Amino acid sequence: MTSLKTRAPTLPRYPEQPLLHLETLWIQVAGTVCNLRCRHCFVSCGPGDERHALMPRGEVRARVGEALSLGVKEFYFTGGEPFVHPEMVEILADTLVEGPCTVLTNGTLFKPRVVDALAHLASEARYALEVRVSLDGATAAEHDTFRGEGSFARAMAGIALLGARGLLPIVTVTPHTDEDDQAFRERYLAMLGAAGLSRPRLKVLPLFRLGREAARTRGYHGIETLADLPPSAFDPARLQCGSCRAVTSRGVFVCPLLVDEPGGRMGARLDQALGAFTLSHGACSTCYVTGMTCANG
Amino acid sequence: MRERVTVAHRLAVFGGVYSNHAALAAVLADIGARGADLAWCLGDVGGFGPHPDRSTGILRAAGVPMLRGNYDEAIGHDRADCRCGYSDPRDQRFAQISYDYTVARTSADHKAWMRDLPEQQRLSIAGRRLLLCHGSPRRVNEFLWESACSDAFLEWLCQTHEADVIVCGHTGLHWHRTLPSGRHVVNAGAIGRPANDGRTGVWYAEIALGDGVDVEFRCVDYDVEPLAAEMEVEGLPAEFVATIRSGWWTTCLENLPAKERMRGRY
Repeated sequence: MTSLKTRAPTLPRYPEQPLLHLETLWIQVAGTVCNLRCRHCFVSCGPGDERHALMPRGEVRARVGEALSLGVKEFYFTGGEPFVHPEMVEILADTLVEGPCTVLTNGTLFKPRVVDALAHLASEARYALEVRVSLDGATAAEHDTFRGEGSFARAMAGIALLGARGLLPIVTVTPHTDEDDQAFRERYLAMLGAAGLSRPRLKVLPLFRLGREAARTRGYHGIETLADLPPSAFDPARLQCGSCRAVTSRGVFVCPLLVDEPGGRMGARLDQALGAFTLSHGACSTCYVTGMTCANG
Repeated sequence: MRERVTVAHRLAVFGGVYSNHAALAAVLADIGARGADLAWCLGDVGGFGPHPDRSTGILRAAGVPMLRGNYDEAIGHDRADCRCGYSDPRDQRFAQISYDYTVARTSADHKAWMRDLPEQQRLSIAGRRLLLCHGSPRRVNEFLWESACSDAFLEWLCQTHEADVIVCGHTGLHWHRTLPSGRHVVNAGAIGRPANDGRTGVWYAEIALGDGVDVEFRCVDYDVEPLAAEMEVEGLPAEFVATIRSGWWTTCLENLPAKERMRGRY
């Protein structure tokens, strides 16, 4: 009898990332609602986009409570644009009683009244309040290409206002060319110094080929994954998903980058989302290769 | 890790000496004058200051027990860098200058001593479980900043590591928190450089254990000028010397949370 030898198709094997401890809870407080419609947004946010809705203040409190019972260290607020949320300042005030908070913003919606309230919170709270403003260029010509005409001027006005009120914003920048790292940093630091920031703080983040960016340039190629990374080479402490989860109005996700990706959702509640995550996404390879974290450190 | 049961009720703890032999001598004199029952150094004897063997010699001669900090681990094994955990390139550049200077001037005997130091130490005093560590109980170079650690997180650390009192260092800034459960976390700061407060004196912690846990931070002044002059002669960065003379940090600032950064000048 002849046997037909069939070879089972070789499935890619991806590393499993355990949650070592919940250090950081990302709260996508503004969902996918944003005042801008950036060409490279990895969650494709925009005005009136409620795929992920604004999270009510009470729901934020409940999520914060869930995370505190797990020993969470700090909270991050993102969107969309957090300051489209009518209760953003109150939400920060609530949460700063419980732990350190960072809010990620495009910087274009800061009115003096809001910045005064943030400065008051930053000085009175027992925990740190960090304000992170995203830029995609050190000039209007560069930045506005991604974020829309006039957005650079408004973001810089926001940054200047934060600085003038004594806050120390962290400016988050993403390189869009292969410029030398040090030259890139120095260019931004010089620009921020010239804009009046006496102590500019800079965080550099890589570009993720997700959401609108995938359509603008390209998505991840099939080979840009962690498939078949040898277990001996895998460092479970390297990735932020070993220490974070993200919540939106639609549930709990592995990290703030994969809230719109298939398989990114891990459950309805945090205690259902504490298991290991299969690192099968192209974005996982970006995080792993660059060693980046969305957190401040 | 061995647990030491001790009847000592007053414990003096200091962090990072950073080769500041002048501050070390002044702090040891203060501890002696105060009559603490026990003293511990939380590690990082080298870095930043001049002539690293002087501080190590003083510490060893005094017989003060010491933990192995990230710096001691690196120096002891002649590693390529200090593994301080800086994320900013400028901070890392300055750290590398100190490290290269220190590793080249630390004797083989001191390096061997550093390799054998314990990474952590448990003590049982007045019925309380103390855990002495360098950065945190889980990572030697973890920064536990006061404004960046929720109560919930610190409770979790104490519970996971079976400690009623965690005593740590590494950040260079001292703080103490009594947690809702009654546990304590004490960051002893560092004595090698000032606490970014515009004072040139350096800080250490005195922990009294009895019915309660009382923590007092003591600021010790020393003659900064001879040390600053030595640093200049050794060609150490002018930024480091300015910190010794002014009490304000000029480097290693980018890891600071906003709250701690706002308190400083730079």
